[in-house]
Amino acid sequence: MTTAPPSPAKPNLFEYAPAPESRSIVDIKPSYGLFIDGEFVDGTGEAFKTVNPATEEVLTEVSSGSVADVDRAVAAARRAFTRVWGPMRPADRGKYLFRIARLLQERAREFAVLESLDNGKPIRESRDVDIPLAAAHFFYHAGWADKLDFAGLGPNPRPLGVAGQVIPWNFPMLMLAWKVAPALATGNTVVLKPAETTPLTALLFAEICQQADLPPGVVNIVTGAGETGRAVVEHGDVDKVAFTGSTEVGKSIARAVAGTRKSLTLELGGKAANIVFDDAPIDQAVEGIVQGIFFNQGHVCCAGSRLLVQENIHDEVIASLQRRIGTLRVGDPLDKNTDIGAINSAEQLARIRELSDIGEAEGAVRWQPECVLPDRGFWFPPTVFTDVSPAHRIARDEVFGPVLSVLTFRTPDEAVAKANNTTYGLSAGIWTEKGSRILKIANQLRAGVVWANTFNKFDPTSPFGGYKQSGYGREGGRHGLTGYLKGATHS
Amino acid sequence: MSDRLAVRKTYKLYVNGAFPRSESGRTYEVADTRGHFLANAAWASRKDARDAVVAARGAFAKWSGMTAYNRGQVLYRVAEVMEGRHAQFCDEVAAGEGLSSSRARAAVDAAVDRWVWYAGWTDKLAAVLGGANPVAGPYFDFSMPEPTGVVAVLAPQESSLLGLVSVLAPVLATGNTTVLVTSKERPLPAVTLAEVLATSDVPGGVVNLLTGDSAELGPWLAEHADVDGIDLTGAPPGRAMEFEREAAGTVKRVVRPQVPEQDWTADPGLSRMTPFLETKTVWHPIGV
Repeated sequence: MTTAPPSPAKPNLFEYAPAPESRSIVDIKPSYGLFIDGEFVDGTGEAFKTVNPATEEVLTEVSSGSVADVDRAVAAARRAFTRVWGPMRPADRGKYLFRIARLLQERAREFAVLESLDNGKPIRESRDVDIPLAAAHFFYHAGWADKLDFAGLGPNPRPLGVAGQVIPWNFPMLMLAWKVAPALATGNTVVLKPAETTPLTALLFAEICQQADLPPGVVNIVTGAGETGRAVVEHGDVDKVAFTGSTEVGKSIARAVAGTRKSLTLELGGKAANIVFDDAPIDQAVEGIVQGIFFNQGHVCCAGSRLLVQENIHDEVIASLQRRIGTLRVGDPLDKNTDIGAINSAEQLARIRELSDIGEAEGAVRWQPECVLPDRGFWFPPTVFTDVSPAHRIARDEVFGPVLSVLTFRTPDEAVAKANNTTYGLSAGIWTEKGSRILKIANQLRAGVVWANTFNKFDPTSPFGGYKQSGYGREGGRHGLTGYLKGATHS
Repeated sequence: MSDRLAVRKTYKLYVNGAFPRSESGRTYEVADTRGHFLANAAWASRKDARDAVVAARGAFAKWSGMTAYNRGQVLYRVAEVMEGRHAQFCDEVAAGEGLSSSRARAAVDAAVDRWVWYAGWTDKLAAVLGGANPVAGPYFDFSMPEPTGVVAVLAPQESSLLGLVSVLAPVLATGNTTVLVTSKERPLPAVTLAEVLATSDVPGGVVNLLTGDSAELGPWLAEHADVDGIDLTGAPPGRAMEFEREAAGTVKRVVRPQVPEQDWTADPGLSRMTPFLETKTVWHPIGV
């Protein structure tokens, strides 16, 4: 690994003893079917394997949904919408969602371990962030079910019908919650396609639906790859399409939905600027930078992947950042000490490597801490590029990995201009002690979420979503309901 | 009747606060519903559309940066100046749409009143569509609506003034700037409205009105990388799907057309404002 500028001495004050979370709490079956109309059924597509990205161990085999399977799932969702879920008393819909929230909390550890096994994220994150937030999303939306008259959309807003939802692999269970909870609270039924590499927590969620006695067909889960997702999106009896994933796929979905009656919300890529002014408390800012780019291995659409640091504090911030990165522990996702887990797939690892190599080739300077990576599995060390110009690919393309690009600015206007110089507009960060500056910069940033003196915070009450090519529609809060109700347009 | 020979108006485009002819030099004949010649209108080209997008982008910072109160006053001023031209609008609407004078008057009345309605919205949107979010942690977290940016509008083909104002005013009230393609067959009230806008403190470039053919200009506006949203209300029959596909290439916000054209006298509610509003959420820690 290259080390320029020179790496600071690695602090080695204390060693950690391994503290692995037991995986005995999860019971992974040898194979899984699709969840359609309240039951697990065999898919008619070719089954595929899902692996633990930290070890490359095959975890299980999962059914792949064919066009015919998707058709059955949509038909089940339609029946459930027309006969059961649509006519149901809203308060009862809410009670089912409260049940789901409670069941998720009760089985939280099981979900967290399974998520870390299938996704590669540190147990600290799946346990403390993904699963609690997923449960919170159901709890929050449960309360909306019988209060939609107060959502600001006029009296008695109506559900759209059947929602086709396609979610990514970076926060499998949390993205499921972001999609399913608002859809059900507003009276829609769903056909959900989890990501190909991370289907397991969605399938465990199907068990939760059974334990909650959720009426059959209200939630259908069809696993598979891109073709299965396409079948969901393009199905003629789907009224609503919700997608979280890459901007490229989002565009193709918008094309597919064009000219139909389908309502569409998209939560796509990002290239967030994290702006550090010279009056910011450096230690806090460094924590925020680390949290911004290395949370979930940087597999975060709103990751703070472009650090914009005021020129006069550049060297100080970089030195402090490198010192801090040197203490991050990369390794076994199930170890409670681990800060950075595995890259989700070989494919994603190849993309991160490719873009990093391009970064170097284009003249940016790569820095990585000394760290020992496991022999098996997919790993990429935390990486910082300095001397990055706004034209470099690593300053423009979403890497979706633990790779930070550092740029500098002199004036607030320059910071804003550079921050907004992207086709994306999902999120941004501001670090300064000056309140009036925060409010002014926040106003000027063309991004859907602005974190000031913090980063990567999420909450079910707080609308999340992008400007520009980061998508449209919001998830969370009152705004998130509008994507699932008739006559309401997203804002 | 006096035997004085009338001074006729030259109908031109409205781009960046000025009234140019089409750079293409093209014009087309506009007739009343019985086929009698009314005027030659400028026939806007692709280049005119691109110039208009540049103007709209340039005006965005100023228009979106105005206080909501100020923007509301400007829109109310549009209603005031329009009221003063009431008779002219009635004549143009009656001729272009083939309406009786009383029905034309009703359409003009409703169009003026629609400006008044939207003028009053500018400083209420943030309260109605934004607010504080009670997150489960020590953070102050609030959301507020912001304009999407440059919005292309294909104005309705039939309702040449009330329909036009009904699609234009909400885009402006929310702080967006716009490139609008008028009704092809009935463009004259739009040009007169441009004269109203030019004398109502609407900054140049905020509204750019192109007379011409949405079938020709629609594809360019739908794919233009510096256009953030597009209202396809006036897209030619059968072309809206194609335009929406083009718009997907840059993830534009799209308003689909209604067929047949909607009833413009109906209360629009928020339906024409929310499609071109973004929601920004800001977090800050609470502590000492």
